[in-house]
Amino acid sequence: MITFDGVTKRYGDGTVAVDHLQLEMATGEITVLVGPSGCGKTTSLRMINRMIDASEGQILLDGVDVRTIDPPTLRRGIGYVIQQAGLFPHRTIVDNIATVPFLLGWNRKKARDRAMELLERVGLRPEMASRYPFQLSGGQQQRVGVARALAADPPVLLMDEPFSAVDPVVRTSLQEELLRLQSELNKTIVFVTHDIDEAITLGDRVAVLRVGGKLAQYAEPATLLSDPADDFVREFLGQDRGIRRLSFIDDSGLRLRSDLTVPVADEVTAVAATAAAVESPWLAVVDEENRPIGWVAAADLPAAGTLRDVRLLSHGTFVRGKDSLRTALDAALLSPSGCAIAVDGDGRVAGVATRESLDEAMALAASATFDPKDAADG
Amino acid sequence: MNWLIDFFADPANWSGSNGIPIRLLEHLEFTLAALVVAALIAVPLGLLIGHTGRGALIVVVSANLARALPTLGLLVLIVLLLGTSTVLPVLIPLVLLAIPPILVNTYEGIRGVDHDLRDAAYGMGLRGNQVLLRVLVPVALPLILLGLRLAAIQIVATATVASYVSLGGLGRYIIDGLATKDFPSVVGGSVLVAAFALAMQAVFALAHRLSVSPGVSQRLKVR
Ligand SMILES: Nc1ncnc2c1ncn2[C@@H]1O[C@H](COP(=O)(O)OP(=O)(O)O)[C@@H](O)[C@H]1O
Ligand SMILES: [Mg+2]
Repeated sequence: MITFDGVTKRYGDGTVAVDHLQLEMATGEITVLVGPSGCGKTTSLRMINRMIDASEGQILLDGVDVRTIDPPTLRRGIGYVIQQAGLFPHRTIVDNIATVPFLLGWNRKKARDRAMELLERVGLRPEMASRYPFQLSGGQQQRVGVARALAADPPVLLMDEPFSAVDPVVRTSLQEELLRLQSELNKTIVFVTHDIDEAITLGDRVAVLRVGGKLAQYAEPATLLSDPADDFVREFLGQDRGIRRLSFIDDSGLRLRSDLTVPVADEVTAVAATAAAVESPWLAVVDEENRPIGWVAAADLPAAGTLRDVRLLSHGTFVRGKDSLRTALDAALLSPSGCAIAVDGDGRVAGVATRESLDEAMALAASATFDPKDAADG
Repeated sequence: MNWLIDFFADPANWSGSNGIPIRLLEHLEFTLAALVVAALIAVPLGLLIGHTGRGALIVVVSANLARALPTLGLLVLIVLLLGTSTVLPVLIPLVLLAIPPILVNTYEGIRGVDHDLRDAAYGMGLRGNQVLLRVLVPVALPLILLGLRLAAIQIVATATVASYVSLGGLGRYIIDGLATKDFPSVVGGSVLVAAFALAMQAVFALAHRLSVSPGVSQRLKVR
């Protein structure tokens, strides 16, 4: 656990970059520091590995004041990733990754083996090992930066806008990669970003800072979205808070109907009868393996033939028990029926979420959001 | 052209104390001695000032002095003061001449290293001297070598003139040749000096190839 206890940083010119920061960052979680440019995120992060020393207060690493540890020793036990990767241009990728193991005096073979293992871990091909940093793309360099930070297996990882300089597509894949890595490694990660969406995607908890280095709110992403502490946080969160919050609500509140699917081999007459029996204008069509292939409208059925002769309409799916309410809603909006098809992990149909059940789940989510304080304010 | 053949075909020019091998060796001695002494002073100083950021004024002053200093005048002065009995009178001005390019380029090389890189190095837990030797020097090496090469060029050129006051070196062929109107000697001497300078360049090119990481030199090419 990392504890900020009344931490203030005043620079030589009088700028107060961080103002009495009080925070506890849980072991094994990703804590995101987010806020507008100049709000003291980088300063806060760098006080943890003593790249900057606090003016007042204490930072404790598992109860130990970092000020009592010699900086190089402290830093070798803390992974550090910066925006521009900061790879050593004169060293090959494998030697870049092995930087800290070399410093710690591991023998060369052990350090290189470890580096190769990490290269693969972060999704790079082994032949990258002998290249130099200038031969890699920005996204690849950033992966190497992460691998280098992880090389000596430090319990804590500090990341300062590591994905800000890469294009959005690469950024998304790097974010997914980080979450995947974290699910395997369970590091204590402090992640700095100015991008609230990134904060919400990655953070187990998010600390929103305002300019002047004051903590505006410290909460889980879902809470941040449903209960912003004040106007500053509300504004910083931006549009669509309600919809975005659905990402954090699982699909357990969603009732599924199992009687709305028909096999593609069925005669249209049988399909028409099914539609009438279940009182639904829409039916989900499945193939021989029970995988969804589209929607059919009872009103559009031809006079004869099987469903193979009918042009099916587009559909959207979500994975039952895994995806969020937001994904389910999105799936519903992708099909003309307005219903979402739930599938299991193998892509086989688990049921159909109708508009009525989506409605119910949405109402449930909204009532969970409802905070008497808000009602009193408004 | 005939003068050139006259000069190089003359067996007298290949033996004895005024023979080409001896003169070449003398020239090489001056040059190397001056370069090594200057490098031993200027490289550590440049690294130290560049790394700590303290004493940058020394670099500026040295760069300006280099422009203002009349090397030949200094040479004559020191010879008058110390006489020509030792190699020292020649060496001192040559060293003084060689220090500024080495100092300035070493300093600029170290200062010029990307701030993020320095930051990352400290962030990984390298200590100050490790940051300097394992990161800053390898990355600044092209500029450090450039400083040494510029210094070497200056030394070679000036060492030729230095023959005027001392006794040895390839410059003797030119100085003595001019005095006695022995033009083959003048031309031959000039060619030897030029060849010497070229050989020096080749040595530096090789040193660059061998010591600068491909990761660094490639990056410089891209820029
Ligand atoms: N070395 C410094 N000297 C003086 N002021 C600084 C220094 N570094 C940062 N600041 C100031 O401190 C504030 C916070 O900076 P920083 O922590 O870098 O913010 P962020 O990372 O959130 O953009 C800013 O106002 C910045 O100008
Ligand atoms: Mg910053």
